[in-house]
Amino acid sequence: MRNPQLNSHGELQHLLTIDGLPREILTAILDTAAPFTEVAEREVKKLPLLRGKSVFNLFFENSTRTRTTFEIAAKRLSADVINLNISTSSTAKGETLLDTVDNLCAMQADMFVVRHASSGAPFLMAQHLAAMGLEHIHVINAGDGRHAHPTQGLLDMYTIRHYKKDFTRLTVAIVGDLIHSRVARSQIQALATLGVPEIRVIGPKTLIPTDIDRMGVRVFHDMRAGLKDVDVVMMLRLQNERMQGALLPSPQEFFKYYGLTADKLACARPDAIVMHPGPMNRGVEIDSAVADGPNAVILPQVTFGIAVRMAVMSMLAGT
Amino acid sequence: MALPDAEALCRVLAERLRPELLPQTALVGIHTGGVWVAERLHAALGLKTPLGSIDVAFYRDDFNRSGLHPQLKPSDIPFDVEDRPIVIVDDVLYTGRTIRAAMNEIFDYGRPARIDLAVLVDRGGRELPVCPRWSAHELSLPARQNLQLERGADGNLSLRLVDA
Repeated sequence: MRNPQLNSHGELQHLLTIDGLPREILTAILDTAAPFTEVAEREVKKLPLLRGKSVFNLFFENSTRTRTTFEIAAKRLSADVINLNISTSSTAKGETLLDTVDNLCAMQADMFVVRHASSGAPFLMAQHLAAMGLEHIHVINAGDGRHAHPTQGLLDMYTIRHYKKDFTRLTVAIVGDLIHSRVARSQIQALATLGVPEIRVIGPKTLIPTDIDRMGVRVFHDMRAGLKDVDVVMMLRLQNERMQGALLPSPQEFFKYYGLTADKLACARPDAIVMHPGPMNRGVEIDSAVADGPNAVILPQVTFGIAVRMAVMSMLAGT
Repeated sequence: MALPDAEALCRVLAERLRPELLPQTALVGIHTGGVWVAERLHAALGLKTPLGSIDVAFYRDDFNRSGLHPQLKPSDIPFDVEDRPIVIVDDVLYTGRTIRAAMNEIFDYGRPARIDLAVLVDRGGRELPVCPRWSAHELSLPARQNLQLERGADGNLSLRLVDA
């Protein structure tokens, strides 16, 4: 079976997950993103690539930052952007996801950026569009359930490549709440595909999936041991809103063992970079001194995220 | 067909530009061949303003048909465009669509005093009202042939005909 994200020519048609994408496509996205970073320096921060196209931001879950960066990316490409505030719209009146999609297609949508609490919702949309013969309409997954957040994974790879150049000699640690994290899954798949030889995950047993070693990662429950000599520290947000049941005694206790502080970071290489997908819980998974310190590249991640999303949108629109 | 020597054409083009340049004139080469020619002109003319370069892929009018080509180069305009005379430099002038795209891109950096066009070879076949102010060589080619500027391992530029 063909990867549902690729068309018959092997070009990216939708971006649903990093899983199964070949290294050449990931590299092509990162390469394409590089010239887009320069657009932000111009007097007119706009390119005409998506002129006349309608991009619908469908956020069934709230995310101000992700929605905003997708919106900026689409607007810098001259697209018309329509933000649907789903919680106050027809879904609240009982409309199904696919009925919503059909209605927006009838309004000549060209691209959907979708965030949904259910894993697989963007895939369902892509499948539905194919069944309706609407292959020219593209779907970008902006985070679905616990499944994937591919543009976050890609912007993280862009950031790592920007600072560390070569993936094939890096040791990377992902720290925190892995069990609820679609970001971590996309990061691990992207790091492995791009050839990172050592990927570590660090967290308490209750927040690490038991079968995660199948993804080719080393599991650490002791943070100092896990951070030893790493080049890249990727922090995850403690997903308070997804935390049902007693997985953690308290955020304070989590901070004591797994919060990134300057003395824990000292176990990593001195030139290690510290990343965080945001929004940060200061004093829970990361200490302010580290978040604002010289190793942090958290704000550049946000800036690079716009260029990466511009690259993805223009690659999809060009197929 | 015997093609002229590209390095000699660069020298001819430089001499045609020389008397008409202003001190603040800036050259902007179009990736990739146009940048090579612009580098030659910039050195030969001893211009003070640093050389600019643009990749017009983001501004092409055939994006919907052919998508983005994979090897994009970042555009680099290392000077203030506002009120400056600018010379766009390209290797081969054909339909004029690339020049249209290049002008659009330059205007996104500011409002230049004027834009002129210098090309190594004008091969005819225009589809837009674009006319070079300077060209080093003119010839007429059928649509089935493309003229390409290439750079050898020794750094020397040469022209080559290929089937379209």
